[in-house]
Amino acid sequence: MTVTRTGPLPTGPEAEYDVVVVGAGVVGCAIARALARHPLRVALVEAAHDVGDGTSKANTAILHTGFDAAPGTLEARLVREGHRLLGAFAGEAGIPVEPLGALLVAWDEQQRATLPRLAEKAERNGHLATRLLSAEELSSREPHVGPGALAALAVPGESVICSWTTTLAYATQAVRSGVDLHLGCRVEQVRTGDPWHRLVTRRGVLRTRHLVNACGLHADAFDALLDRRDFTVTPRRGQLLVFDKFARDLVRHILLPVPGPLGKGVLVSPTVYGNVMLGPTAEDLDDKTATGTTAEGLAGLREQGGRIVPALLDEEVTAVYAGLRAATGQEDYRCAAHPALRYVTVGGIRSTGLSASLALADHVLGLLADCGLEPGPERPLAPVRMPNLGEAFRRPYRDAELIARDPDFGVIVCHCERVTRGEIRAAYASEIPPAGPDGLRRRTRARGGRCQGNFCGAELRALSEEYGKGAR
Amino acid sequence: MNRVVDVLVVGAGPAGLAAAARLAAAGAGRVEVLEREHTAGGVPRYCGHPGFGADRRGRPLDGPAYARRALRAALRSGAVVRTGVSATGWAGPLALDVTAPTGLERIRAHAVVLATGVRERPRSARLVPGSRPAGVLTTGELLRTAGMFEGDRRALRSHLGRRAVVVGGEPVARHAAGALRTAGVEVAAVVTELPFPARGFGAVPVLTWTSVVELLGRGRLTGVSVRGRDGRTSVLRCDTVVFTGDWIPDHELARARGLALAPGTRGPVTDGAYRTAEPGVFAVGNLLHGVEPAQVAAAEGRKAADAVLDLLAGRAGPPAGVPVLTAGPLRWVTPGLLGPAPAAPLLVRPDRRLVRPLLTVAQDGSPLRRARLRGEPAPWRSVRLGPEWTRGVDPAGGPVVVGAEEYAP
Repeated sequence: MTVTRTGPLPTGPEAEYDVVVVGAGVVGCAIARALARHPLRVALVEAAHDVGDGTSKANTAILHTGFDAAPGTLEARLVREGHRLLGAFAGEAGIPVEPLGALLVAWDEQQRATLPRLAEKAERNGHLATRLLSAEELSSREPHVGPGALAALAVPGESVICSWTTTLAYATQAVRSGVDLHLGCRVEQVRTGDPWHRLVTRRGVLRTRHLVNACGLHADAFDALLDRRDFTVTPRRGQLLVFDKFARDLVRHILLPVPGPLGKGVLVSPTVYGNVMLGPTAEDLDDKTATGTTAEGLAGLREQGGRIVPALLDEEVTAVYAGLRAATGQEDYRCAAHPALRYVTVGGIRSTGLSASLALADHVLGLLADCGLEPGPERPLAPVRMPNLGEAFRRPYRDAELIARDPDFGVIVCHCERVTRGEIRAAYASEIPPAGPDGLRRRTRARGGRCQGNFCGAELRALSEEYGKGAR
Repeated sequence: MNRVVDVLVVGAGPAGLAAAARLAAAGAGRVEVLEREHTAGGVPRYCGHPGFGADRRGRPLDGPAYARRALRAALRSGAVVRTGVSATGWAGPLALDVTAPTGLERIRAHAVVLATGVRERPRSARLVPGSRPAGVLTTGELLRTAGMFEGDRRALRSHLGRRAVVVGGEPVARHAAGALRTAGVEVAAVVTELPFPARGFGAVPVLTWTSVVELLGRGRLTGVSVRGRDGRTSVLRCDTVVFTGDWIPDHELARARGLALAPGTRGPVTDGAYRTAEPGVFAVGNLLHGVEPAQVAAAEGRKAADAVLDLLAGRAGPPAGVPVLTAGPLRWVTPGLLGPAPAAPLLVRPDRRLVRPLLTVAQDGSPLRRARLRGEPAPWRSVRLGPEWTRGVDPAGGPVVVGAEEYAP
């Protein structure tokens, strides 16, 4: 197990792998973790300096049941399975999940008429527990929903989850179980060959028998390195607003829009951190780096959010951000085995990659077997227990035993999110330490609250220098 | 660990320390101040400029000197000031849950004084679009960072950049620009929506009627896009932007207790004795309003101490009074309630620069007092209306409304 961020890659037998997974988003990390169960030499290679630094870091953090997927598709099956698998894994690994359930709220007659059809679709996807709610039932379940809501469809099982902890848990478990993680390592060329493919990166060359493309937004570009041109990824931007924790009491369920001819609409959802999220927009773009927010986007979100939960707009906004989904113009994933190349492409994982990730990883193992990989016997993975960032579970600052053992957990550094010195230290001491303030925020919540560093920023900088010295 | 104290003060800034000093000196028993930062003193600790009054010999005090004196006064009078200790929530009407390096505590008190202060709205709360690069600060983070890495040029350069834009036109923007220059950062411009900002920016260009419409750059900030009065946008190259002013009280504990917020300030509503709607819970200082000078906050702390002493002596009734509201070009007024006794002064904050405004205090449509102010009140300075302005308020009447009309020659 090695984690590298800079410097030359290993050479010789150290740089020879049975499988290299390119892309350390939630999907790539899940695949690497699944491979780590077998006696294989596996590397996970990522262009960015942290895991989960692309699409995986900026999503709606919902663990979907797959009730609204197109029945019969690969996506429908993998989301359904993935929901069950990730729910179980989250319990083991300490990933915060809250099974709040979703309510699809109908605001006009057309949307109301759609609800029974959605219930049928859910049934075809194996989700039998949906229920239609009248306006009165809706307002008793969600007292702060705006006037004009006509009816709703309740979908139990839809959950909110910490997407950052999930990706990091996969990667950590993979690394602990023997996977090499090379960060800051963009693959620039692939020289295909037999028995070795050679991956040329700025930091050196890796040799691998099998190759997995989990490049997300850049899956088409990576395919092109192997002369495959099966699809084009169009980034679809989603802008999101996160409201202060004071808003949490306003929303009890994940409030989903009813899809209709006028677009998908936006959702209002609690987060596991105790905030409320509003979004996303859906804008098809050309630029795969356009993760900025726009004035129109934010104004539009506020207008729609104000209709769904009017009181939301009185609260402070603690974050504005945008993420890009990897759309390919097809309403399904683009997973393909290329046996002649001993190569698997995992593309078009649009917005459900988090939910499907564990099932997708198992699916990819099957595709690798189609490419001739003999994984060998299974062995248990090294256990992993992640630091809890969820408000529904005990945080370190409220843990008397932990503080008694280590007083650093009684020193709150980030006051808005109640992040302790002990958590900052632990993040830097972990297998995959943060590469900067954003990585620290994703691991601990530090600086992610309402003051955005006004009170804690300077001290976090000092602590990062102190604890980060050995880490980089 | 469960403990009982007589008075628990949350926040060791000017208001909290002043309240604690007076209470302890007056024999209120165990007076304990909780401060979540490592050092007591509050915001003045980071303000290395004069404007904090003078010492006994008339020498002007800067912020750190003021903070040291405030702490010393509280300690000398017998108050206990604990730093690095966070009140995280309520465990009862007058009990707080506390996290400290020594463990968890539940502290019960006969009175709780909230003095948790104020912060500046960061970029996100201002809904400024664009990317999320490094180099986006508030004055609070700038001053703390400049203090923490003072003298370390390499660290200052990496944290504060080389060329900064300051957003805001109030005096705090001037302090931000000064701190940047001291840290070796060039200030490219001050950008403010105000038509008439504060003075004293020296040679730095001040762009009035101008707002920041987008942050640019990946990784590190590379510039801000600004739009002027004529609607044209342009890009100011910079690697740091500091958002100043736009205050919002740090009212988490107040809200967690269910205290109503005043619409103008977003601080908890109190009466003239700084009593909140919850018996035994008081609120003082810039938790009530953004933002008043340290001396004003301290005066509120002292005044609240008198009300706390009344409560401890069993002399106090429940807070009562009529609401005070603003009308016209006024941003806020405190206190939010006017009680029967004693007639409290009002702090009134204009929404913009007003030239010789005509101020009116009225109740149920009939004016109690009306007068034209001299000068030009600015949005960063409150107008203080003495007790004569609220004499004759009917405690059984409707809301008191403070209004302003601009001078029209």
